[in-house]
Amino acid sequence: MIALRVNGTEHGVAAPPATRLSAVLRDHLGLTGTKVGCDAGDCGACTVLLDGAQVCACLVPLAQAEGRAVATVEGLAASPLGAALQAAFQAHGAAQCGICSPGMLMAAMELLASTPRPDEAQVQAALGGVLCRCTGYRKIIEAVLAVGRASVAPPAGAVGESLPRLDGPGRLDGTELYGADTAPADALWLRPIRSPYAHARFVIGDATHLPVRLLTAADVPGRNGFGIYPDIKDQAVFAPGLARYRGDCVAALVGERAAVEAVRWDDLPITWEELPPQGAAAALSGPALHERWPDNVLTTGRLRSGEAAPPATHTASGEWQTGCVEHGYIEPEAGWARRVGDQMEVFGCTQAPYMDREEVAGVLGLAPAAVRIIPSACGGGFGGKLDVSFQPLLAVAAWVTGRPVRAVWSRGESLASSTKRHPASIQASASCDAAGRLTRFAFEGLYDTGAYASWGPTVAGRVPVHCMGPYRVPFVRSRARAVLSNNPPSGAFRGFGVPQAAIAQEMLWDQLADQAGLDRLEFRLLNALRVGDTTNTGQTLEASVGLVECLEALRPHWHALRAARCSTGRRRGGVGVACMWYGIGNTGMSNPSTMRLVLAPEGRLSFFNGAVDIGQGSTTVLAQIAAEALGLPVAALSLVLGDTGLTADAGKTSASRQTFVSGRAAQAAGAALRDAILLRANAGANARLTLADGVLRVDGVALRLDAPLEGQGSFDPPTVALDADGQGLPYATYGFAAQLAALEVDLELGTVHLQRIVAAHDVGRAINPMLVEGQIQGGIAQGIGLALMEEYLPGRTENLHDYLMPSIGDVPAIDCILVEAREPLGPFGAKGIGEPALVPTAPAILSAIRDATGAVVRRVPALPHRVLEALREQRMGEALREQRSGVAS
Amino acid sequence: MALAIVSLQTIGCPGMDAYLRPRTLDDALRLLAAAPGCQVLAGGTDVFPARAGAEVWLRRDDRPLLDISGVAGLAEISETAAGWRLGALVTWAQLRRAALPPAFAGLCEAARQVGGAQVQNRGTLLGNLCNASPAADGTPPLLTLEAGVELAGPAGTRVLPLAAFLLGNRRTALAPGELAVALRLPRPPEGAHGGFLKLGARSHLVISIAMVAGVLVVEGGQVRAARLAVGACSAVAQRLPLAEAALLGAPPDPARLRPEHLAGLAPIDDARASAAYRQHAALVLLRRLVEQLA
Repeated sequence: MIALRVNGTEHGVAAPPATRLSAVLRDHLGLTGTKVGCDAGDCGACTVLLDGAQVCACLVPLAQAEGRAVATVEGLAASPLGAALQAAFQAHGAAQCGICSPGMLMAAMELLASTPRPDEAQVQAALGGVLCRCTGYRKIIEAVLAVGRASVAPPAGAVGESLPRLDGPGRLDGTELYGADTAPADALWLRPIRSPYAHARFVIGDATHLPVRLLTAADVPGRNGFGIYPDIKDQAVFAPGLARYRGDCVAALVGERAAVEAVRWDDLPITWEELPPQGAAAALSGPALHERWPDNVLTTGRLRSGEAAPPATHTASGEWQTGCVEHGYIEPEAGWARRVGDQMEVFGCTQAPYMDREEVAGVLGLAPAAVRIIPSACGGGFGGKLDVSFQPLLAVAAWVTGRPVRAVWSRGESLASSTKRHPASIQASASCDAAGRLTRFAFEGLYDTGAYASWGPTVAGRVPVHCMGPYRVPFVRSRARAVLSNNPPSGAFRGFGVPQAAIAQEMLWDQLADQAGLDRLEFRLLNALRVGDTTNTGQTLEASVGLVECLEALRPHWHALRAARCSTGRRRGGVGVACMWYGIGNTGMSNPSTMRLVLAPEGRLSFFNGAVDIGQGSTTVLAQIAAEALGLPVAALSLVLGDTGLTADAGKTSASRQTFVSGRAAQAAGAALRDAILLRANAGANARLTLADGVLRVDGVALRLDAPLEGQGSFDPPTVALDADGQGLPYATYGFAAQLAALEVDLELGTVHLQRIVAAHDVGRAINPMLVEGQIQGGIAQGIGLALMEEYLPGRTENLHDYLMPSIGDVPAIDCILVEAREPLGPFGAKGIGEPALVPTAPAILSAIRDATGAVVRRVPALPHRVLEALREQRMGEALREQRSGVAS
Repeated sequence: MALAIVSLQTIGCPGMDAYLRPRTLDDALRLLAAAPGCQVLAGGTDVFPARAGAEVWLRRDDRPLLDISGVAGLAEISETAAGWRLGALVTWAQLRRAALPPAFAGLCEAARQVGGAQVQNRGTLLGNLCNASPAADGTPPLLTLEAGVELAGPAGTRVLPLAAFLLGNRRTALAPGELAVALRLPRPPEGAHGGFLKLGARSHLVISIAMVAGVLVVEGGQVRAARLAVGACSAVAQRLPLAEAALLGAPPDPARLRPEHLAGLAPIDDARASAAYRQHAALVLLRRLVEQLA
């Protein structure tokens, strides 16, 4: 027994002295508020106070906590300072998915205990050891700075009001349950066995010597394959003899936890034959990775628009390469499954419960109705939790053992196995006339889709439609190919290939603007799409095209930032601008959502919402919409959230679609219930509803019910599938945005120092401005990562100290400007924001680097050595030009 | 003898077959002699991440842990006539709070930039050296402070200059049964000022692409003493005698530092930067450091 004091309570723990304090708190004391993100001190999610000093609990052996005081998030509310800090996080929207919040809060507690009124630099130094992937840190800094200062009462939550998150409190006191936080007490453990080779044949021999069961392809009762597309189930639960990437799952150990964890690599009866791996470029002429795609081209997306290009005066062209980017959610994949008779239940983190249900049913050979998916809180997703991970493995294990089975991926396993943003190689060229009007744009994109299809077809579909950006271009030829390789499967990641394409498109505009002698912002304004324009897919935009307003809103900031550019000896200041558009919802295919409100006779008003809130705020926003349509305050709603056994299919949380699609369904559900109530009360359309003490009143008159009243709403955005030339109506509406980036480049070191981002986003209508800003700031942080530091290299950056994501000091001040060009189809005029936030950031940063130095960065991430290389090329080019002009004269 | 030897069979830390937590240095050395294969644990900021990394691929470190965090007398910073002695358990945060002369400014700056606050609260300077990473932030400033490493072992105590203690990437001169117990920092020359510059691709929690440290004495406009070191550009961080010589006896002019003065470096290409970039950046950083210390 080792004694320690946690949040003032003495505990004796019977665990080995080397046990990590994080495991002691979670597994032995049940204090799961402390989260584990990496077990390596890299993410800070497990930050607790040890005798008042912040430490990563994953780096503290139990023995060293003996006799000491440990403070965790569960104890915060008991102290006035802790409660004030939690309140500030809630009021300022500092928690999104909430997985980093306990660590952030504890780090802030250490600071505030010694420095009650810190400045921003002190906050950054104190919180610098905790990574957040959702918020972009700005609201966290605001919250810490606001502690102890006067606060205003939160609004009731009408549409347009910054209602604090409804699910916020549980994320700030440690009670919210994520995938790794709970499981049946008798659950077995599952540990996947993954290929350490990018490409290998393997044979699994007799495993009877192992103390636990080894599950292999032979144990899968149904189809040994899963995948996003109904007709592409190419990724095996357990690969049958051929591993196609480092991290491919070949088998799994299942048994009691200690026995599973005691198995060593060398104990495994697996013999490997390494095969030469191929990247996407080589795969175009290499042997087929899958029989089904002999040329390794998974999908080709095309767009042909315009018969002939108008005459042009200026032309620019270039090639760009983007890196393999990890989603980097701080919550690794985790959950549990149990067999209930001939049915299966799976609990865990996900973005797409109904799609998980299909996959689990498929691998078990069951009807979907025999599977129930119960989503846990989701500690970040960004597209990475749209694909299944643990679900099919746990379902197979629970099915064949008859026991509940749980699993928690380690960080290294999560990095190795999960999908990534497609690395892209892009060639593009564009022309404009003498006045700067765009005449043509050509785009050829090679997207490395990795070992399995995942969302590759979606990326190849979206890119050709978006790659010319939100501009009037009379003649476009674009092609994007998703090519299979022995890299990790590339899947869905915030923007589905569009952020990569936007880099090429916006860099060309800068070159053309210079050639035409136009201001770069005015060049974009001149060419910007407007209401009434027809896009290159042949779609006429009838409403809600706010790009011009975005650019006009940025103009004063543009001039001010440009005037303030400061160039000292070794540093050069620059300001960049970039725009984007983004189709909300699936591309040219159905993606419905259904929402339901039920008023029970005893007065309980339940909102059945199957949309998974992965931190972006749909739980709050959809409640605001439903309540507004119904005519009652948000507080009147009891929430029943995403569970395929209780809620209807709201579709996946992706494609920036929940506010728009599910929001419209929620609005319809609210209106339907209101109609039902008014009909029953025989009241007029403007009647006022109230709900108090279980009694609904219509214009003050109590409404008696003997049966529940229900309002259901569905919405499926109207689209027309694209034809072979990319013609059709791919999306019912589009988000538009423009961002500015101001920065300095160190000419000698190639380092980039961001100073400010100004982001103007047309969101149709900001249902909850604070949450919209949170999405914008978080998207920008990921855009910064894409531009400047993130690059996943299998086997080399398989942890969060070698794979770099922006830390608190890497995100500059951000000004958000919300433009509201109402979308008639959207709920109260709203459309999506999740992905649009990220798309323009990287091109704006590259635009600013070029403005500062003249150098065109052609490969992201723009690590210092690459920027310096680009600067050298730029200087050599200049010298050559001078030499030539010297010869000519 | 106050020590705990516990055998483990249960959850949470497979492979860690024993955990030793001595309370005195004598006990620690006795245990180390009895179990020379054990791994020494202080703040845990290197031990646990390495184990987590190995466990991803079911490779486990079975070495018993010798936890020296309870050993009395190792957590002090003490000043003597000869200089300062930093016990093996002195953390980065503790160093930062200590009152030390201006020559130590580079070391204190490294203490602010290593990891995040959590690592600074737990990680020890000596552990950073024993881990012997080419990118250890502590090494360059300690080289410029001419640190010695005090080793205690069965044959008694010896002090090695830091440069002799670090043998290569993850290799030190620790003999079997020896424990690094303290850093010895000689009193720096009168008027010495120290500095440290770190270059990485993000602001916090970053492993250096390159870093430089220096201690200069500038008197009457002339460099009287110069010590410069570069880290993450060779298997072991190095002092740069040619660069130091180039500065001596002249005004502190960054331009006196030339590429050829960095001839001893041997940087590598990796995920963080190219070798050529590191070589270049080291010179830029050294010049900036001289500018800062001038």
